[in-house]
Amino acid sequence: MTSAYVRKKRIAYAKTALAVVFAVVMLYPLIWMLSSSLKPQHLIFRDLSLWPDTVTLENYVNGWRGISNISFAVFFKNSFIIVLFCILGNLLTCSMAAYAFARIRFKGRNLWFALMFASLLLPHHVVLIPQYLLFNSLNWVDTYMPLIVPKFLAHDAFFIFLMVQFIRGLPIELDQAAKVDGCGHFQIFVRIILPLIIPALVTTSIFTFIWTWNDFFSQLIYISDPRKLTVALALRSFMDAMGQSAMGSLFAMSILSLIPIFVFFLIFQRWLIEGIATAGLKG
Amino acid sequence: MNRLALRENISALLFLSPWFIGLLVLSLGPMAVSLYLSMTDYTMLQSPDWAGIENYRRLGSDPRFVKALQVTLTYVFLGVPLQLLTAFSLALFLNRGMKGLNLFRAIYYIPSILGPSVAVAILWRQVFGYEGIVNGFLALFGLEPRSWVGDPSTALYTLILLLVWQFGSPMIIFLAGLRQIPAELYEAASIDGAGVFSRFFRITLPSITPIILFNLIMQVINAFQAFTPAYIVGGGQGGAMDSTLFYTLYLYIKAFTEFRMGYASALAWVLLAICGVFVWLLFLSSRKWVHYES
Repeated sequence: MTSAYVRKKRIAYAKTALAVVFAVVMLYPLIWMLSSSLKPQHLIFRDLSLWPDTVTLENYVNGWRGISNISFAVFFKNSFIIVLFCILGNLLTCSMAAYAFARIRFKGRNLWFALMFASLLLPHHVVLIPQYLLFNSLNWVDTYMPLIVPKFLAHDAFFIFLMVQFIRGLPIELDQAAKVDGCGHFQIFVRIILPLIIPALVTTSIFTFIWTWNDFFSQLIYISDPRKLTVALALRSFMDAMGQSAMGSLFAMSILSLIPIFVFFLIFQRWLIEGIATAGLKG
Repeated sequence: MNRLALRENISALLFLSPWFIGLLVLSLGPMAVSLYLSMTDYTMLQSPDWAGIENYRRLGSDPRFVKALQVTLTYVFLGVPLQLLTAFSLALFLNRGMKGLNLFRAIYYIPSILGPSVAVAILWRQVFGYEGIVNGFLALFGLEPRSWVGDPSTALYTLILLLVWQFGSPMIIFLAGLRQIPAELYEAASIDGAGVFSRFFRITLPSITPIILFNLIMQVINAFQAFTPAYIVGGGQGGAMDSTLFYTLYLYIKAFTEFRMGYASALAWVLLAICGVFVWLLFLSSRKWVHYES
């Protein structure tokens, strides 16, 4: 064995070791929260070690009871309902808009496309107050409508952009062949384009799930009825109501709130990473 | 207009109708209303009172606005470069001959996914709290415990660290960009006797500048709009001595706890202007430093 080969091997090991150390340091806070959530409440801040001496689920049992007799089951159900409708809305309306931008020649297409692209960069806060006043006048405050309806109006331009890029990558001959066979735009869209852009639809669903689940700002503004709280809002209320004395339960519920996105991430991480890379590179 | 063109236009209108309605009702309309409201006094109790540019003039003498601006600019100008530097360094580190690249890439991405949540903000508050693990670690070196989130001189830096911690998504974009650099370039340079440094500064860095620009723009816009961590760490207020009074948090307080919708709208427009100026400056400067293949 040559010494150059040995050196190369050593460097590779050192790099891997460094990458592992970095990963552990980075994930340490999350691991600490997980382990603390399994410790008895009185030991959380006294015993900072990662491996709990006594493992208990009492924090989870206590936390799950929730706030003022409303269990966390309700909050999880609420979050899931909102997420589900948001995904449906984005899939339906963003793909329709994307098809038009990518495949239909209409008047002022470039101008509208530029406008769509500009809305990507627009800070949400400029439209926030008038949107609130609008939804308020419709009596939609304290309902999920303000959170869901925008998704059915293709308000997340990011996904339109993602799908336009994807559709443009498909051979136009497919459309032309279908046109010769007498298909209109609706049939081309449903029968040819939609099945072929499934990867983009999956990416859209994943990002919508994560962003909606993590969203706090719009939920905070629109939802205040305790029975309608989402997981994010419930955690906030739980923190305010209990303080340091119930840190174990707060940690336990925080961990539970991260599990859906974490599982989603584990299942779809390849799609996610490719989605970011392509959206980023083509942007 | 012939019949075919007309048909195409009608089809487009049908496919785009949800987006058109959204654009009108959720974006363009609200922008106009917001601009109008920013020139009024409006508390939702009675109809808006015309105030001209009074709201904008008041901003200059509003100490909390000045503070919020200061906090947010520090957050953006310290946090984003640090985050991108971390992302770029790790992309370089992972790029060449790394075993288990996919695994590490996925692990490093985890904070970006979980980071924006309320749960992680709660965690951060504890990690840097008086009884948190940071103090536990420092105690090993005999250092006195302190509340990093409660101390106005350090609170903002804990949030900057939270931003840097979420370096995963720009890192993935950097990695994808690094992969696109043709290997022949490096081979040719090696034959010409170029060392590691000159390869980095002559090939890697210039090739990646468009991606640096993209990441900068996305992360700057993101950072200007950060809200959740400041809200949770400061308990819905600006934290100790307003040290974590993010711009959006101040806007939220004005609009939804004080119901001063006119003033808050002016705040929103100033935010848009600041964001716009920075993105514009980035684009403008990019002609000098971003390298495009001809």
